[in-house]
Amino acid sequence: MSDNILSLSCKQLCDKILAKEITSVEAVEAVFNNIEKFEPKVGAYVSFDKDRALGEAAKIDKRIANGENPGPLAGVPVAVKDNMTTDFGTTSCASKILAEFKAPYTSTAVSKLIDAGAVIIGKLNMDEFAMGSSTENSGVKQTYNPWNLDCVPGGSSGGSAAAVAAQMCFASLGSDTGGSIRQPASFCGVVGLKPTYGRVSRWGLVAYGSSLDQIGPLSKDVTDAALMLNVIAGDDKRDSTCVDESIAPVNDYLCDLDTPIDGLKIAIVPEFIESASDEVAAAINNSIEVYKKQGAEIVEISMPHFEYAIATYYIVATAEASSNLARFDGVRYGHRSDDIKSYIDVYSKSREEGFGQEVKRRIMLGTYALSSGYYDAYYLKALKVRNLIRKDFTQAFEKADCIIMPVSPTTAFKVGEKTQDPLQMYMADIYTIAANLSGVPAVSIPCGFDGENMPIGLQILGPSFQEDKLLRVARMYEANSGIEYKKPAILD
Amino acid sequence: MANVKYKTLVGLEIHVQLKTKTKMFCSCPTGFGGEPNTRVCPVCLGMPGVLPVMNKKAYEFSVLAGLALNCSISRFTKWDRKSYYYPDLPKNYQISQYDLPMSEHGYIEIPIDGGETKKIRILRAHLEEDAGKNSHTAGNYSQVDLNRAGTPLLEIVTEPDLSNGSEVRSLAQQLQRIVRYLGVSEADMQKGHMRFEPNINIVGEIDGKEFKTAIAEIKNLNSFRALERSVDYETKRQLEEYLETRKGMGQVPKTTRGWDADREITVHQRSKEAANDYRYFPDPDLVPVVLDDAWFEQIKSNMVELPLAKERKFVSEYGLSDYDAGVLTSERTMAEYFEDAIKAGGDAKRVCNFLTQTGLKLANEAGKSFVEFGVEAEKLAKLSKMVSDGDINASAATSLISKMVENNEDPMVLAEKFNLLQKSDTGELEAIVDQVFADNPQAVDDARPGSKKEKKSKGFLMGQVMQKTKGQANPKIVSSILAKKLSE
Repeated sequence: MSDNILSLSCKQLCDKILAKEITSVEAVEAVFNNIEKFEPKVGAYVSFDKDRALGEAAKIDKRIANGENPGPLAGVPVAVKDNMTTDFGTTSCASKILAEFKAPYTSTAVSKLIDAGAVIIGKLNMDEFAMGSSTENSGVKQTYNPWNLDCVPGGSSGGSAAAVAAQMCFASLGSDTGGSIRQPASFCGVVGLKPTYGRVSRWGLVAYGSSLDQIGPLSKDVTDAALMLNVIAGDDKRDSTCVDESIAPVNDYLCDLDTPIDGLKIAIVPEFIESASDEVAAAINNSIEVYKKQGAEIVEISMPHFEYAIATYYIVATAEASSNLARFDGVRYGHRSDDIKSYIDVYSKSREEGFGQEVKRRIMLGTYALSSGYYDAYYLKALKVRNLIRKDFTQAFEKADCIIMPVSPTTAFKVGEKTQDPLQMYMADIYTIAANLSGVPAVSIPCGFDGENMPIGLQILGPSFQEDKLLRVARMYEANSGIEYKKPAILD
Repeated sequence: MANVKYKTLVGLEIHVQLKTKTKMFCSCPTGFGGEPNTRVCPVCLGMPGVLPVMNKKAYEFSVLAGLALNCSISRFTKWDRKSYYYPDLPKNYQISQYDLPMSEHGYIEIPIDGGETKKIRILRAHLEEDAGKNSHTAGNYSQVDLNRAGTPLLEIVTEPDLSNGSEVRSLAQQLQRIVRYLGVSEADMQKGHMRFEPNINIVGEIDGKEFKTAIAEIKNLNSFRALERSVDYETKRQLEEYLETRKGMGQVPKTTRGWDADREITVHQRSKEAANDYRYFPDPDLVPVVLDDAWFEQIKSNMVELPLAKERKFVSEYGLSDYDAGVLTSERTMAEYFEDAIKAGGDAKRVCNFLTQTGLKLANEAGKSFVEFGVEAEKLAKLSKMVSDGDINASAATSLISKMVENNEDPMVLAEKFNLLQKSDTGELEAIVDQVFADNPQAVDDARPGSKKEKKSKGFLMGQVMQKTKGQANPKIVSSILAKKLSE
């Protein structure tokens, strides 16, 4: 029974809970069974609270018993990345500096999940402050890939991807600043959606690169991604960068999912596919065939400024991060050093002790890029290149409805393989970063396995605020590729 | 003794706290004092994951102030982060405006000695958030109060066009009047609503050789007096120091000095050896502000006639003295009340006297402004007409103002009730004069035209009439009756 429940999608589970075939309490129990079994090996969670989750599930069950409909995620156990504040438990961002931090407010995206009837079961591991591509920068623990426990789950939303893959929640929220939802989704064989910048409120998301950060779902299938987006999308008066719904209406992302895509133009950039590993390239080429068979037209385009995306990203994101993370100073909350002789010590020692290596590296990079005398050469130049990358996308979407490319040049790599070489680690984000720089939505969906049986992801990028079309293209691959849904070996 | 010629250059950096109900980027109430850290929320505490949302009212207030300062108003502005670490700055950056201020290139006209005015150029005025306050009163630690953190501030930077303490004071008072007229700030210096930081140096010649002193910035000025005195003190100090050391700009660093109000001197605080690197960059949490025509027009519709213009009008149109015009325009409500009374047919000089003399005295006693007594301007106008028409005399008017303040009745009703109307009935007054003449034949003789004692005796007779009428006789009428009868 428990295994049965766990293989359901959010949509299926919610339908069964509303039909009173399963209770939310049963679903939560099943999830915690799996957490008990696999969490010691996978390490996806920073914190969870079974009693609280069961209590919330019981409330949902009671409401359903009273004839209420709690919403489109009624009773569904979900988990969220630990950089989204919740007014229960801790919000650590997997950093020692916030290890004990309890927020007195809940992030908008999480509030919306709760309002839709979801049961939040815990907070998921990540690279500290979302800085990383492997979850190896977590200040709390290492998360391992459920498909191969020697491998990383990707990052920074590694916990969010691993927990869904290991069926330790039905879906999760991650945040994506340079690929942090899509890359771990691809490494863990789940669906990961980065919505358009401004589509989902950032209120309560602890900022890394404010102009790039976006919250999105990780789920077992495309339908669940659409369902989750339906719940979390929308304007928020507390986030000035959220887009007014009168300008960009929030659509029902579920209703068009199964509309055939014949006649749709799908763009590819041949050199992007060629530059990926052979197995990844082969999987992408196969997916092109899947689309062709459905009557989609494949057009070749070029994106001349794409190659500058990583350089641009590491200036813009680190500049913003150096400023965003200035507030963690040991004065009002968070870790404060015991070894203090002056107020300068409060800052320097608390930060020295509280932040990990990669966070310090990025704070220094960003501080440098914004310093007087360097600002024009680095930050200002990066903003100009960012505009050129935006223009690449505008031009691409004049020729095609969407673009497909790999998510990552390789499948999941081994734990420790790239930690000594930050630049090589940064290169893992080569295909994902441009979407953040330009703000466009992008989704990663499973599109096969390599020789080691590790998942490969297909990335689909669409025009801003056209998540409906993007998800439809994703769903039409999922429905017609013939790829069987596989479970990670540890679940057997 | 060296031959020294010099002038002082003073520029001001001014912070004006805007009178919004809530803070610049969150919905915490603004205010003064109170228990520490009671007007705070996750946003102004700089908690993780929170986001600022611009207070539109603060923006409108600063546009209005920018217009009043004759600035060009930018139709597109953005927000920048100014980074520095200090415990009273919760995010360790301040949200401000760096390269695109909301207004720039304006001027403020200030009255200077001799009834002249001087234009002081304004470089820029921009909006930003205030910091909290550190206090170092307890033990070997400091405490931080963030009640003030996030309060909207308009920062105004002038060109160094001021040349002495009196001009600086004049500008400060003029600015206070302007922002109060606009209703954008309470502008109370004691409460830190207006903070002035003068930057001072001297340029001149000694025995034909040019010199410049290093710029000093003065802090801790919380009264107009301190502002004026500190500028004059610092001028003197810099000159003396230069004459002694002969070291000026370039040879000694810029400094920050604090005003010691007890000793009335400026005290060295720190040298500004190197410029701070604030690492300004656009705040990615806020969107640029676009001031479109409709919004701009709506803001402009709140513009009022500014105090200096009103003051001049009161002098030129109503013939008031510079002093009286200044008193009447010190507060907008008072100036408008005065104008309402004039519109209702009041006599300008009489209404002015009512307000600046009896009115001001009563208001001061009650600890409020005269306008707050609620006596309609029309009634004051009527009172002035009653004096002009001879219904009452000036002293009756004075006592009537007190009575109107007490029970806000019609002045004519009050005058009748308290028997303050003048006797203007010629027949009645002639009879009284006849009686007085009969009682004082000697005085009547002495008062005849051409008599040595004419003036004095006439005054005596007038006094007798007044006595008989308990002061209610119309002196003009009595005077003409006396003149007529004495020349008979």
